[in-house]
Amino acid sequence: MTDPIVSIRGVSKKFPGGVIAVDDVNIDIAPNEFFALLGPSGCGKTTLLRMISGLETPTDGQIIIGGQDMALTPPNKRPTNMVFQSYAVFPHMTVEDNVAYGLRVTGVPEDETKRRTAEALEMVKLSHLAKRKPDQMSGGQRQRVALARALVKRPKVLLLDEPLSALDAKLRDDMRMELTRLQETVGITFIIVTHDQDEALSMASRIAVIDKGAVQQIATPSELYEQPATRFVADFIGKVNLIDAKVLSKKAKAITCEAKGLGKLTFDTEKACGDTVAVAVRPEKLKISKAEPKAAGLIKVQGNVRDVAYYGDTSHIVVSIKGGPDLQVNVQNDSRTGGSGVERGQAIWVSWMPDDSLVLTE
Amino acid sequence: MAEQMKPGSGPLDYGNRLWLKVLFGVIFFMLYVPIITLVAFSFNTDRRGIVWRGFTFDNYVKAWNNSSLIEAMINSLMIAFIATLIATVLGAMVALMLWRFRFPFKGAYEAFMGLPIVIPEICMGVALLLFFNETGMMTAVVAMPWPLNLSNIIIAHVAFCFPFVAIVVRSRLVGFNRQLEEASKDLGASEWQTFWKVIVPFMMPGLVAGALLAFTLSLDDFVITFFTSGPETVTFPVKVYSLVRRGVSPEINAASTVLIVITVVATVLAMKLQAPQKSGKG
Repeated sequence: MTDPIVSIRGVSKKFPGGVIAVDDVNIDIAPNEFFALLGPSGCGKTTLLRMISGLETPTDGQIIIGGQDMALTPPNKRPTNMVFQSYAVFPHMTVEDNVAYGLRVTGVPEDETKRRTAEALEMVKLSHLAKRKPDQMSGGQRQRVALARALVKRPKVLLLDEPLSALDAKLRDDMRMELTRLQETVGITFIIVTHDQDEALSMASRIAVIDKGAVQQIATPSELYEQPATRFVADFIGKVNLIDAKVLSKKAKAITCEAKGLGKLTFDTEKACGDTVAVAVRPEKLKISKAEPKAAGLIKVQGNVRDVAYYGDTSHIVVSIKGGPDLQVNVQNDSRTGGSGVERGQAIWVSWMPDDSLVLTE
Repeated sequence: MAEQMKPGSGPLDYGNRLWLKVLFGVIFFMLYVPIITLVAFSFNTDRRGIVWRGFTFDNYVKAWNNSSLIEAMINSLMIAFIATLIATVLGAMVALMLWRFRFPFKGAYEAFMGLPIVIPEICMGVALLLFFNETGMMTAVVAMPWPLNLSNIIIAHVAFCFPFVAIVVRSRLVGFNRQLEEASKDLGASEWQTFWKVIVPFMMPGLVAGALLAFTLSLDDFVITFFTSGPETVTFPVKVYSLVRRGVSPEINAASTVLIVITVVATVLAMKLQAPQKSGKG
């Protein structure tokens, strides 16, 4: 990895009253990355973002931006700019004045301010609304103002706090693409905070999953989905079937365990583990069949269809198995007749390749 | 609800009850007829002002030519202007402090700050008179040239006006989105720049409303002014009082009408600016 643009080293934040919002976080973010901080609400991701911007001070650890320790740098002197969740567009200024604000207060000459403001408005496609006041604009437009206002400063890092959460579904999709496009054109590192896994997966080049103030895993979207490090990550990112299992024996490169409802299974893994593990498998990796599947090496189990939910392109089938948890199976409805072809109450086989499942040790 | 009420029969559906409408009318009548009479008789040609004899603007001309009345009016406006300026700055600072900071005995401080609003004017007048006398300010200030000889009255007016400003401005600040302030700093503004360019513009409707309130309060204050003014410094309400003792002349009506108009305009403006409006949040 090239030198990180943002380096978060052992950062903690304890609020008065003993609440630990951020707990010993270490993240390196490369230049030009689109990095997402993903986690449930209250996990400390926004606090972390605010510490990068300087609006909060860490109680411990270091934040280094562009090679410089930011400990003594106030927010107005940092090479970061933020797009706030409430947009925080100044209500008493026109769109143009909002965008120019950051340049005027730092003494950028007026002709340069004018030029850069016009460019920034052009970039977010708001040139025609330059003279409007924010109260005459929609939420999506106000957000563009907030974006232009931050980008016009040409920060090293742009921080976005839940930028899409207040928009309706259609606008959110547009804005998602817009943000990705902007990030590619301006070549600035984006750090986005979100609780929405779809948002993170579809936009970010790398994601840090955060729970209870601690980083659970930092990985690319596909790694997170296919190789989750912990139960929390597997469960938080997408839908997953988690089957508890008791470890029977552990060798250097394999674990043999007794999984609930599935019997004795052996997995290739080099991970260390305790007495219990969980077998994780995504619903779309499971196959159903009426007859017992014959192929060798499959993990298979017989159960009863408890529920079938039809979603048009896919059907989600819940199969209850004896002695184990219900399994969700997603099947493609790839023929026009019959959907998934199964009915509630029907006996059915569920099977999958061992490589499609994963043993989670923590 | 056990029983469905008929529309118009609820306690707040007063519009449908005849007796409530009548009561409403009577109250309005009692409140405003004296004022309307005063205004109407300011256009009366009768010298004694009791019987309506015809329409004229003469009273306004006479009032304008009555130098002592005009002097009192100028004094009043001067006092109101300066007192408003000081009370607005002071009130805004108090509002900011109460909004922004936590400090020991904040609740007690807030209660004490509001005291001039609830304390009987007569008490405040006497207290200020005693204060000015004991400190020697009364004699010292009265000897000064105009407008410094109004200092005592101005001080007294600031004392009872600034809590009103503080309350109005503070209620405005409650709706302030703190992210606006953070955004300003994030964009490179210093604390002072943030204050002048973001917080003050946000407070502005509150400041203007508070200032207008202070202006009207100061302009028509009688009791406190009566106690704190020296023999040489007469304000308009005090002057009117002394004239009325010798009988009501239509000039006073005319001058009072002018005062009413100023007060009403200021109050309407204050209410307009105080009304919740779209320019609130960010």
